Amino acid sequence: MKKGVMRPGHVQIRVLDMEEALTHYRDLVGLIEMDRDDQGRVYLKAWSEIDKFSVVLREADEPGLDFFAFKCIDVATVDSRRSELIKYGCNVEDIPAGDLKDCGRRVQFDTPTGHTFELYASKEQTGKWGINPVNPEAWPEGLKGMKAVRFDHALLYGPNIDGSTEIFTDILGFDLAEQVLTADGTRIASFLTCSSKAHDVAFIECPELGKFHHASFLLETWDDVLRAADLISMRDVSIDIGPTRHGLTHGKTIYFFDPSGNRTEVFCGGDYHYPDHPTITWQEEQLGKAIFYHDRVLNERFLTVLT
Amino acid sequence: MSQIITKHKIQVLNQEQEFLCPSGITLLVGMETINSHCIDVGCRGGGCGVCKIKVINGSFLSKRMSKAHITDEDLQKGVVLACRIFPTSDLKIEVLHSPTSKQVIV
Repeated sequence: MKKGVMRPGHVQIRVLDMEEALTHYRDLVGLIEMDRDDQGRVYLKAWSEIDKFSVVLREADEPGLDFFAFKCIDVATVDSRRSELIKYGCNVEDIPAGDLKDCGRRVQFDTPTGHTFELYASKEQTGKWGINPVNPEAWPEGLKGMKAVRFDHALLYGPNIDGSTEIFTDILGFDLAEQVLTADGTRIASFLTCSSKAHDVAFIECPELGKFHHASFLLETWDDVLRAADLISMRDVSIDIGPTRHGLTHGKTIYFFDPSGNRTEVFCGGDYHYPDHPTITWQEEQLGKAIFYHDRVLNERFLTVLT
Repeated sequence: MSQIITKHKIQVLNQEQEFLCPSGITLLVGMETINSHCIDVGCRGGGCGVCKIKVINGSFLSKRMSKAHITDEDLQKGVVLACRIFPTSDLKIEVLHSPTSKQVIV
């Protein structure tokens, strides 16, 4: 049941070197640099997004994910979800408006997988980049690199994904669109959606707390994914795997790494989910095919290389 | 105008292998270039910790590595990530695959 959590809003990613990170997120992925703050953080967005930013980069001595935020329909939703999260036993912290530039108050909470999430209801809306909202053109000129359309989702690794899954389904109103189950019925992967997308956030079981697998950006077509692969070779970027297709969500994908070792995905296509759809199940013995539909073998790097 | 590329000999003591690493590229990419697999390859960006090695002997330049995997104490012992060091002499190294690099999710 939907509970007023609308969509992924932003991720804050730690990087080892800001200028190197910008050659990745801005010049290669094609995000637009929107702002910087006095902490040295850089704010970026993909061109089709209405809100001012969706990716915040912070220089640190350890790469990974600081937090992943979801935008809610209104402040009342944020406050009621906040009460339920406290009742459930999450550690909840209120972050005042303006801590992230031009973003309203955020409610931060933790999950059993060791990740920090946020809910918020307001952020400055600068509109689609380079597009007039009246009689809009199809796309803006002047985009760089892969010309990412939007920040789409993130995949996170940690222990007790059932606990994190329960918070997202029962408190935040997400649907479990897809899962991977072992032969004895233990869930080892959860793909969760608060929209009609195949996933807005996903979890895979691993013993280490709070690990970041990837942030994913939407491209329009398979040809765009191939051209992204061309750019990865042309610029000698660290490749992970692809272009290929996932079994889970059936998206067409390529994975590569930012200069600090955080994984990035660009993808196109894939399945959709409505609230009346039953959860799709992949069996663990088909995990290789579930992750990479063409290779159909377990890929150790996909399962173990994390920040 | 031709550019002279120096190649440094990398001896991997606990794998009984050696390879030549051209100057200006990281030890890990040098290893990948000759299709050797003696060091596990992860993110190639100093983030995941998979390619941890110990430099026993020799000199190198290095870029920033994740503190989650390489502490200041590690650095003093020559424990580094192969994806972040640029050999400036012949090197003798040992591969230190971290236990977490071999974890499977279930």
